[in-house]
Amino acid sequence: MVRIVTDYLNDSARKYPDKIAFADEKREITFDQVQNEAQHIASALIDRIIFKRPVAIYLDKSVEVLVGFMGAAYSGNFYTPLDTAMPVSRIEKIIDTLKPAVIITDKAHEQAVKKFASFSEILLYTDLMSVPCTAEKITAVTDRLIDTDILYVLFTSGSTGTPKGVIISQRAVIDYAEWVANTFQINSAHIFGEQAPFYFDNSILDIYQTLRNGATMYIIPQKYFMLPKMLFEFLAEKKITVIFWVPSALCIMANLNAVGKFPVPSLKKILFCGEVMPNKQLNVWRKAFPDCLYANLYGPTEITDVCAYYIIDREFSDNEPLPIGFPCKNTDIIVLNDKNEPVTGEEKGELCVRGTGLSLGYYNNPEKTEAAFVQNPLNQYYPETIYKTGDIVYYNKRHEIMYVCRKDFQIKHMGHRIELGEIETAVSSVEGVDQNCCLYDTEHNKIVLFYTGKADEQFVIEEIKKIIPAYMLPNRKNHLQKMPINLNGKIDRVELKKQL
Amino acid sequence: MDKLLEILKDIKPDVIFSSEKKLIDNNVLDSFDIVQLVMKLNEEFSIEIGAEDIIPQNFNSAESLWLMIQKLQD
Repeated sequence: MVRIVTDYLNDSARKYPDKIAFADEKREITFDQVQNEAQHIASALIDRIIFKRPVAIYLDKSVEVLVGFMGAAYSGNFYTPLDTAMPVSRIEKIIDTLKPAVIITDKAHEQAVKKFASFSEILLYTDLMSVPCTAEKITAVTDRLIDTDILYVLFTSGSTGTPKGVIISQRAVIDYAEWVANTFQINSAHIFGEQAPFYFDNSILDIYQTLRNGATMYIIPQKYFMLPKMLFEFLAEKKITVIFWVPSALCIMANLNAVGKFPVPSLKKILFCGEVMPNKQLNVWRKAFPDCLYANLYGPTEITDVCAYYIIDREFSDNEPLPIGFPCKNTDIIVLNDKNEPVTGEEKGELCVRGTGLSLGYYNNPEKTEAAFVQNPLNQYYPETIYKTGDIVYYNKRHEIMYVCRKDFQIKHMGHRIELGEIETAVSSVEGVDQNCCLYDTEHNKIVLFYTGKADEQFVIEEIKKIIPAYMLPNRKNHLQKMPINLNGKIDRVELKKQL
Repeated sequence: MDKLLEILKDIKPDVIFSSEKKLIDNNVLDSFDIVQLVMKLNEEFSIEIGAEDIIPQNFNSAESLWLMIQKLQD
């Protein structure tokens, strides 16, 4: 029985030591090397008596980040990847919440890290490689770990301006990895073309499938997602068999008329997750790659990436919505209406999740944790937690779960999860802004800002660039004379929607 | 060329397209911008930009875009 994820790595390193595990533009690294380098990192942490503490990793997307993850795991700690493109003030908020024991970085980023490191020790990857280590030293630590210990904390957009750290245990990731491997028959012959940033949990499918099965994962250079010829040639050259991408990536290629232009004979499975996948673009892929397996995967970070899935088993017209499908094995989904009762027939309700995949909560944030992780209302007899996703869904006639909309103001834009409130909080802090409201134009995929005050548009954008990441910046700005107010004295979003 | 600059300015109002020579290499344009740009150029200049045309050599500057448009118009 697999207890901790490093068991996967040990297993694969034993069976396939010289096989490529992970590769990026600069480097290909074998299972043996991953294990070896990770154990050096672990050794450094063990020497410092750092145990059950957060290890932050501030590196560009690369194989070294993954080694860092395993290094944290081998030392009985948990990891948090930090986006090197994030503005410093946002990183500071994360550091303030997480209080990492160490931050692993490289020479190129050392100066940047010093600006926000606070009380964390800064460790350089190359220095860590020379720390002596023994297998016994590592085993002495990993023997003490249990499967409910934390493996990682990933930060997501927070509506009040402070990112929330989603805590995920070893057990949750193992449960997910087992489900993926069994549901999609993943074995050592598979080769992944990985898309998502490592601070987005879609990446854990590719990473842990690779570790569990002795497969191979190629990190696709980000730039290729706007250069279709290079993207497809890469997939063909590396003989990629599985892709698990965010729908935006699939849509862009379809919209650029690139799908089907360049053959990828190795491609067997096309999985997607993170946003609504329009059938219009999906059909373009299905036509070009008719023999592939297609699956829509659904789930928030708080339940370990995926809690429901739908393997495409029939034709859909371009305008039809795609089902979210059915709960994953060993995951329970309960759809609750306003009265906290399970919905009946095609009644709409909030999708709630129960099971091993549940996050242990938001790190160092009991208030937000309590609001989203609640006692299962259908159980009055013992403590049992469910996670309320905020997604409104219903069961169709085939009893497939169908997505309707959000309960709140969270959006998906370019594959990113964004709380519009986080953008609004940033805009509010700008001098010369009186009121503001952010809406999402789903038809054109644009974040639209409405605001009142003296500040001009250029200034507002310049200021908020220091607070929120580039992908959250409003695409359209409307500087209003007056903000429409509704009968409750609040900003009239309905009125603003008409102006989209 | 003016029409091209107008379209570019519409998509990314804060960029100085006369001087920027690394629209792709410096990540000035993102994938969504490319999709929009291709759509608008196809419409405006009655051309069909193929997937194989979307390479840095063609998209890195307003000049190279203009050369590509002219080639496709033939």
